[in-house]
Amino acid sequence: MANPFSAVRSALEQVSSVVWLLIDTVVEMGDRIMQRRFPFRVSTFFEQTERTGVGSIPLVALVSFFIGLTMALLTGYQLRPFGQEQLVPQLVAVAFTRELGPLMTGIMVAARIGAAYTAELGTMTVAEEVEAIEGMGLGALRYLVSPRVLAVFLLMPCLVVVSDIAAMCGAALISRWAFDMPFRIFTESSLDSLLIRDIVAGTVKSLLFGLIIGLVSCYRGLTVRGGAAGVGAATTSSVVTVITTVIAFDTLCNVVLVALFDK
Amino acid sequence: MSAEPPPVVELRDVHLAFGETKVLGGVNLCVTERARLTVLGQSGSGKSTLLRLILGILRPTAGTVFFKGRDVTKMSRRRLNRIRQKIGMVYQYSALISSLNVRDNLALPLEELTRMTPAEIDRKVDEKLEMVGMSEVRDRMPSELSGGMRKRIGLARGIIMDPELILYDEPGAGLDPVITSVIDELIVSLSEKIGATSIIVTHEMGSAFRIATRMAMLYRGEIIAEETAEDFKNSSHPVVAQFISGDTKGPILEHTASA
Repeated sequence: MANPFSAVRSALEQVSSVVWLLIDTVVEMGDRIMQRRFPFRVSTFFEQTERTGVGSIPLVALVSFFIGLTMALLTGYQLRPFGQEQLVPQLVAVAFTRELGPLMTGIMVAARIGAAYTAELGTMTVAEEVEAIEGMGLGALRYLVSPRVLAVFLLMPCLVVVSDIAAMCGAALISRWAFDMPFRIFTESSLDSLLIRDIVAGTVKSLLFGLIIGLVSCYRGLTVRGGAAGVGAATTSSVVTVITTVIAFDTLCNVVLVALFDK
Repeated sequence: MSAEPPPVVELRDVHLAFGETKVLGGVNLCVTERARLTVLGQSGSGKSTLLRLILGILRPTAGTVFFKGRDVTKMSRRRLNRIRQKIGMVYQYSALISSLNVRDNLALPLEELTRMTPAEIDRKVDEKLEMVGMSEVRDRMPSELSGGMRKRIGLARGIIMDPELILYDEPGAGLDPVITSVIDELIVSLSEKIGATSIIVTHEMGSAFRIATRMAMLYRGEIIAEETAEDFKNSSHPVVAQFISGDTKGPILEHTASA
């Protein structure tokens, strides 16, 4: 059995490596800005935003639509014996805006984009392309990591909005069909139940998840060893690590938010 | 009286270990301006590692690496990136960026590190492609090129910034003898044209003698011989003599067997 202390030590080393990746990337970007040049290629950044944002919309929207629909249906049936099915819009709105929207989007983006980043950078690492970029003095972190991390960091809140809207559409549709709730009542009830802090909490979480997904998946890609098998192993490990970290940080955020605002 | 210029590259008592595995155990090497030094050694002897130490990709466990009198081992990433712009590296498997075509591969350092206009960049890319005889593949992707073509494009990328030092990692690896000779001649003509110092890592004797003005032998983590190509050819050192002749009897295999 693995020594628990060495496992903890290894985990802490990895966390510190990811933090240093962030610091080194910011420093390289800063150096570039000091030279009065753009820190990364704008075209690469837009390629990544299109891939991360636009490319993820169908998946995020569809999954969120079905989760919203299912959630409304199941909670509605539970509440109906008590005559409380009018609470369904509030329940779905708060749950998605504050919790499920960022969390589900985080998991979907981790699986879709995190895996792609790790596989792409891992293949480049194995083929010595990353070393060639570093060896030419271009700054591999600035050139490769910064546009990817920034794209996922900035696009996550937008995807969460898509997720929230899709979930509300699913919930509204099923509420109309199963509980005879008009769309207008559903919309008004949902909007009335939302608080600014719920929206802010969801946005902050989504930014944090975006940062985690970008950094961890790039770190895993840049530290690949062992050819094609190494890339495969790193990609699997990256997705598992990112999803676990996103859920762990989600829990941490909830504890902090409840402690601060919901006493 | 003017002071003697520092050597282009100098390694002083360089040690390198990966965990428990010792790779280099006190390498001393001095490369003067415009020299073409081939570093010979067995597969896995640490030759490519030596290039990565000079480029600052790896840091030694102990010892110092100087580029033009400046200690590479203690430099920040920022300074190192500036130094790297004066060094060209040609990789064993070319390491071309697979998502960029040939033109963009060559243009990349110019676009990122200089303030040249697109027209000037195009002119320079064309000039370097012309030098390696690859003008016709300008718009092709790396995956559409043969091994020899990739190697030549790698060479063109290595000299695109007009470096003072060019590092070659096994330039003939995986190529047939005729293409290997073409690459060797290209290395000699390029280093003469741009006046750069070259360090070539190889274990192919034919290539080494065709290219080198000086030769060094890396054995068991140390440089055991460093002399002119002619002296190296006639060396009485048993390891060097066995490596040149390719004889199966001698200290190299005896040591490998006992290790």
